[in-house]
Amino acid sequence: MSRVVFLDERCKGCLLCTTVCPKGIIVQSSRFNRQGYKVAEVPADAMKDCTGCASCALICPDVAIRVIKSRKAKKAGKE
Amino acid sequence: MQADERLALADDEQMAFEVPDVLVDRATHYCPGCHHGIAHRLVAEVLEEMNVVDDTICVASIGCSVFIYNYLAVDSVEAPHGRAPAVATGVKRARTDKIVFAYQGDGDLASIGLAEVMHAANRGERITIVFVNNTVYGMTGGQMAPTTLIGQKTTTCPGGRCRDREGMPIRMAEIIAGLGGVAYAARASLDSVKNIRAAKKAVRKAFDVQREGLGFGFVELLSGCPTNWRMDAVKANTRIREEMIPYFPLGVYKDVTEGEGVC
Amino acid sequence: MPHNTTDTGTPERIFIKGNEAIAHGALAAGCRCYFGYPITPQNDIPEMMSYALPDAGGEFVQAESEVASANMLLGAAAAGIRALTSSSSPGISLMQEAISYMAGSELPGVIVNMNRGGPGLGDIGPSQGDYFQSVKGGGHGDYKLLVLAPATCQECYDMMVEAFDLAFKYRNPVMVLGDAIVGQMKEPVTPWKPAAVPATEAADWRLEGARGRKPRLLKSLFLEDGALAGQNRHLQAKYADMQAEARAESFLTDDAELIVVAYGSIGRIAKSAIRKLRAQGHKVGLVRPQTLFPFPGPLLRGLAEQGKRFLTIEHNCGQMVEDVRLSIRGIVDSAFYGHMPGEMPGSDDFLAPILDAMGGK
Repeated sequence: MSRVVFLDERCKGCLLCTTVCPKGIIVQSSRFNRQGYKVAEVPADAMKDCTGCASCALICPDVAIRVIKSRKAKKAGKE
Repeated sequence: MQADERLALADDEQMAFEVPDVLVDRATHYCPGCHHGIAHRLVAEVLEEMNVVDDTICVASIGCSVFIYNYLAVDSVEAPHGRAPAVATGVKRARTDKIVFAYQGDGDLASIGLAEVMHAANRGERITIVFVNNTVYGMTGGQMAPTTLIGQKTTTCPGGRCRDREGMPIRMAEIIAGLGGVAYAARASLDSVKNIRAAKKAVRKAFDVQREGLGFGFVELLSGCPTNWRMDAVKANTRIREEMIPYFPLGVYKDVTEGEGVC
Repeated sequence: MPHNTTDTGTPERIFIKGNEAIAHGALAAGCRCYFGYPITPQNDIPEMMSYALPDAGGEFVQAESEVASANMLLGAAAAGIRALTSSSSPGISLMQEAISYMAGSELPGVIVNMNRGGPGLGDIGPSQGDYFQSVKGGGHGDYKLLVLAPATCQECYDMMVEAFDLAFKYRNPVMVLGDAIVGQMKEPVTPWKPAAVPATEAADWRLEGARGRKPRLLKSLFLEDGALAGQNRHLQAKYADMQAEARAESFLTDDAELIVVAYGSIGRIAKSAIRKLRAQGHKVGLVRPQTLFPFPGPLLRGLAEQGKRFLTIEHNCGQMVEDVRLSIRGIVDSAFYGHMPGEMPGSDDFLAPILDAMGGK
């Protein structure tokens, strides 16, 4: 299974990541970080659908997303 | 940053997205959705992949990106508004074995600095210019830029840019491509993942031609400015796709490695 | 041009223009980059550099404008390399922003100005109308250039060597201020080889790629609270240190009743006038500032304290005279004779003004 980690204090709530996730699992959360931005997140129950494609990380202007792939997903033919 | 236990990898896990070391681990001052963050990262990735970080000198320009030196850990010098290609020429002529690049916005490059970039390009200075085009003057609060589109409202053309009054937006990639000393001139966009991947290739090529001593390398990156376009980042990316790309077509306008000769 | 030679070792003396001596001196001093744009009356400098610099392994660029030239100088200086630009008055006006940036970023570069007539397009003859621009700062902000004022072709050569040394010693731009006479006159010059530029020059701040160390940043922007104030205090302290470089030629001042203060070509011409008047028994002397900043104020003040009177002669409408008056304030005033830009000065033009000043007016 792949997963993403959002670095809340780097997120500026621009929501570009929500537009590129092929699984549509990234949403705006209801919490604010210390800068006052409403940060993006993947709800816990949706993380299982993450494919590790890293589209979100590629479009994030703030390097606020880390993408972690499992080797199972790798074997499934991604990169 | 303190260690985040969520980033600890299990035995069967690996990072699928690598952050370049030369990109400083620090929050940027850029607005939410501003594409400078993406452009900085692409430059950082390219410099690391080329293994030239320790030989790179950055010339910072005037605009929102004046603080690029806070985000890229390379030797840097600040240039007056518009003059970065001239400063870069001086740096490169002084140290011809280094990789020298300038990073400029639309006012810096296409307005006050038009002479400097065109002549550096025409002379074929072995430097690389990264041109971030967001059709507006960001740092100073949203005034009209040479690349502002017809009908686009800014603080100095509040009724919308009008051809008769303000002239037409300038297409820089095409102009630069027409100059003799240019080895590579391309336009890419940062509005989508697909376009970002292509943009990185263009940035890489613009640096490659410098390292190979072929001539001037230029890449124009269509970018958003949600704050001064008065829209959110998602709508800003839509604007790039629907309004900017049709007027500023993406593509490679000159590439001497593809068979065309230099001068 | 058979008399132009890049070989500064031999022959023992060469007969060259002031402009050429500038280029010779720069090359001898280890100048490795020249950026410039043609403008009368200094074109001999870029023309000579265009063949002499590449021969010496350096880089010559005819830039698209003086704006670009000055910014190229900024870049090469940031890289820690001895670099030069040259121009004349209107072109120097274009360079002011870059000069201010160089001063604010503490970058060493040499700028040669062969002063012509102004304001505006003016003429292509000599004047000293750029004194204020050079010494008081033609660019924005509180900064100073170290300004050297040659009066002979030999001084053109010698002062170029000094200019580079001083620029790197103080991490500051240095101006060498001549005029159309100094640039175009021809005199014998004895070239000499200065000590080689040390490899460690500028080593702890120059940009060369951050291998094995933290990256360096050269900038003049200081936005954080108190940061710009700190930078300005640092610069002012540097300019105070620069006072040690003040220099002037004193000619027949010991027993003089009247001191003529004049620099550059006007200093030369004043000397001729003074010789003529001395032959008639008038006790006149000359102080010829060789540095305009730092100004040899203490020297003048010392002479004022001895009861001498002063006449400032310039080829402008009154610029250096203000600094003369500041130096001797509270003791005595300086009379002033301004030869008008647009008229070629000769020593006979100075006789009456000197006699007037001696007459106690």
